[in-house]
Amino acid sequence: MAKIKSLDDLRMMKESLQSKINLREKGEDPGSHVQIKVAMATCGIASGAKTVMEFMMEELEKRGIESVITQTGCMGYCFAEPTIEVKLPGKEPVVFGYVDNKKADEIIEKYIKNGELVDGIIPMNYETIE
Amino acid sequence: MAKYKMHVLVCGGTGCKASASDSIIEKFKSELTAKGLDNEVQVILTGCFGFCEKGPIVKVLPDNTFYTQVKPEDVAEIVAEHLVKGRKVNRLLYVDPKSNEHVSDSKHMGFYRKQIRIALRNCGFINPENIDEYIARDGYYAIGKVLKEYTPAQTIDIIKKSGLRGRGGGGFPTGLKWEIASKNAADQKYVVCNADEGDPGAFMDRSVLEGDPHSVLEAMAICGYCIGATKGVIYIRAEYPLAITRLKIAIDQAREYGLLGKDIMGSGFDFDITLRYGAGAFVCGEETSLIHSMEGLRGEPTNKPPFPAESGYLGKPTNVNNVETFASVPVIILKGAEWFASIGTEKSKGTKVFALAGKINNVGLIEVPMGTTLREVIFEIGGGIKNGKKFKAAQTGGPSGGCLTEKHLDTPIDFDNLIAAGSMMGSGGMIVMDEDDCMVSIAKFFLDFTVEESCGKCAPCRIGNKRLYEILERITNGEGTMEELERLRNLSLVIKDTSLCGLGQTSPNPVLSTMDNFYHEYLAHVNDKKCPAGQCKSLMQYVIEPEACVGCTACARNCPVNAITGERKKPHVIDTAICIKCGACIEKCKFNAISIK
Ligand SMILES: Cc1cc2nc3c(=O)[nH]c(=O)nc-3n(C[C@H](O)[C@H](O)[C@H](O)COP(=O)(O)O)c2cc1C
Ligand code: SF4
Ligand code: SF4
Ligand code: FES
Ligand code: FES
Repeated sequence: MAKIKSLDDLRMMKESLQSKINLREKGEDPGSHVQIKVAMATCGIASGAKTVMEFMMEELEKRGIESVITQTGCMGYCFAEPTIEVKLPGKEPVVFGYVDNKKADEIIEKYIKNGELVDGIIPMNYETIE
Repeated sequence: MAKYKMHVLVCGGTGCKASASDSIIEKFKSELTAKGLDNEVQVILTGCFGFCEKGPIVKVLPDNTFYTQVKPEDVAEIVAEHLVKGRKVNRLLYVDPKSNEHVSDSKHMGFYRKQIRIALRNCGFINPENIDEYIARDGYYAIGKVLKEYTPAQTIDIIKKSGLRGRGGGGFPTGLKWEIASKNAADQKYVVCNADEGDPGAFMDRSVLEGDPHSVLEAMAICGYCIGATKGVIYIRAEYPLAITRLKIAIDQAREYGLLGKDIMGSGFDFDITLRYGAGAFVCGEETSLIHSMEGLRGEPTNKPPFPAESGYLGKPTNVNNVETFASVPVIILKGAEWFASIGTEKSKGTKVFALAGKINNVGLIEVPMGTTLREVIFEIGGGIKNGKKFKAAQTGGPSGGCLTEKHLDTPIDFDNLIAAGSMMGSGGMIVMDEDDCMVSIAKFFLDFTVEESCGKCAPCRIGNKRLYEILERITNGEGTMEELERLRNLSLVIKDTSLCGLGQTSPNPVLSTMDNFYHEYLAHVNDKKCPAGQCKSLMQYVIEPEACVGCTACARNCPVNAITGERKKPHVIDTAICIKCGACIEKCKFNAISIK
């Protein structure tokens, strides 16, 4: 292992290691980040929720958006799978249906970045427990 | 590199390891591999979450799911349900003692809500056996910054301004201690970390060392730079094997990275750390005894002055600090003295770790801002008294401390308020007692500990404490007199005044404090020969109420010493001279006819 010879060395090393615990740090403080829940029950997985989840994780990071992505059980919208719930800091959560990679891209660009609403919002039929 | 979308943190602290956390980790790994998720979910061993009684703990992030009492057999279900399908396994979630409901994530647990974690910031968060995780959390940045940007005097000034006081019991200002040691010139000085932790029931230092060993190493190096020492020694009790292992791993890793050793980060400053093992005597936690024990002499205290800062280890200026004190230092450097000083009360800054024990729902390790009230600690964080019983008292300061009662519930807890209340902070043990606890017995319990642990060097402590114990024993046996009560108090005061070291000077505190707060219980034992809490066996009598007894003979048939006589279908009687108070009859009687008087 290379020695750390200066404060700059340490800083660089920290930056390269940061990703290791990023997910944990954001999880500790979910309220201040974009929170996304992907429904990953049987129906969701069958209709491609996993691909969407991976796509979103990758894209959000690429586009530099701090976010916490978790998977949840069936949200009760099996007809519209894959569904995702997006909660922007300080706002009510919104659920989108029929999310494929293209839709996900639109959600990131329009809703998450600018707060503009996009098609495909499903009216909420449940209360989130917060 | 694998791109993880979830982290599974499995507690590897002493408490949880004892109940199979190793095999839980193995099981997670094999289940995840079987499901093809090993590149999506990372399994990480961490230090203590503070919730050991309900261990082993498994926490899933980023959704903060907090699973308690997880068994290796539960792992397959967690993987299949939660990690694959996103459905939390309800039956393993923490149950709120008040509402009896499952709590879905740790953000909603009363136990964590009021806590601020400074000394414990990395415990239950990072893998203590991996220096990279510590570095990712800004580890070693504080020492790097200090070496590059501050002089020793400037650094000491930051610690002074932060208001940090020693967490080992005495509460001495840390910055001032460092300043004194820095001013004593010598060819060699030492930094010593006191990890003896002898207070029964306390395990905060162990948890810090097991869960975040690097923070202590880093702080010791900072201290070395400040006082001009190149050598550090951690004095740790040999009964802490896991903490010792983790420290050794941490020291090796830090040396490998050049964060300990010669010319740290190109600054020209050298610092290295070794370990020294203690046999676990309480008195060896006292700093002069500790130093003698390190030198291979008997672990007995000597008079101060000279203080260790003048003449300590091998006669050289030595700075002794407690584990938790050290663990707070790097954060102070990173976040600034003002930040630290903004937490806590006027004269006690920052946070304190407490080990909650006794009759409380959430037994565990907590860290709260100084100034948090006893009520918040017991009823909010601690989840209240077990089995809905009534709160009676809380002992802080262990065998050197005293008890806090109902009238202290709203007192902000800090160094000075505890002393004013007749107790002390000590190392942070907090034993909660309910209506069923006899306060005379509690005092006796602590005295028993002191008698056992007195090093015997000075007479007041060696002989005096033994006499105190004997008087307490007579009182709990119903043989005490009013004169003896008087003698108990006077002798206590003499021992406090005349003992050589802190052990003897504080050992009568549990007696004095229970006498002050619960004198009526002492009187009941002495005058009425009764133990109000029903704890003192010798003062109990088992009696059968003739009105309630139907003569079923169940009790008589189950009495191991045949103390119960009576005809069938007629009231039975217990011969108290034969009865050994085993309690068997009470359990067998279906008519609640037997009671303890
Ligand atoms: C009988 C006795 C036992 C002690 N045990 C400990 C101990 O286990 N751990 C500890 O850090 N300090 C203990 N102390 C306090 C130490 O003497 C010393 O004050 C402390 O380690 C200084 O560190 P601090 O300023 O960071 O608190 C004990 C003191 C006495 C009198
Ligand atoms: S007070 Fe007790 S422990 Fe301390 S020196 Fe005297 S005998 Fe030893
Ligand atoms: S308490 Fe035990 S010994 Fe005493 S009467 Fe009951 S059964 Fe017998
Ligand atoms: S040892 Fe696991 S929670 Fe404390
Ligand atoms: S035998 Fe007397 S009450 Fe049970």
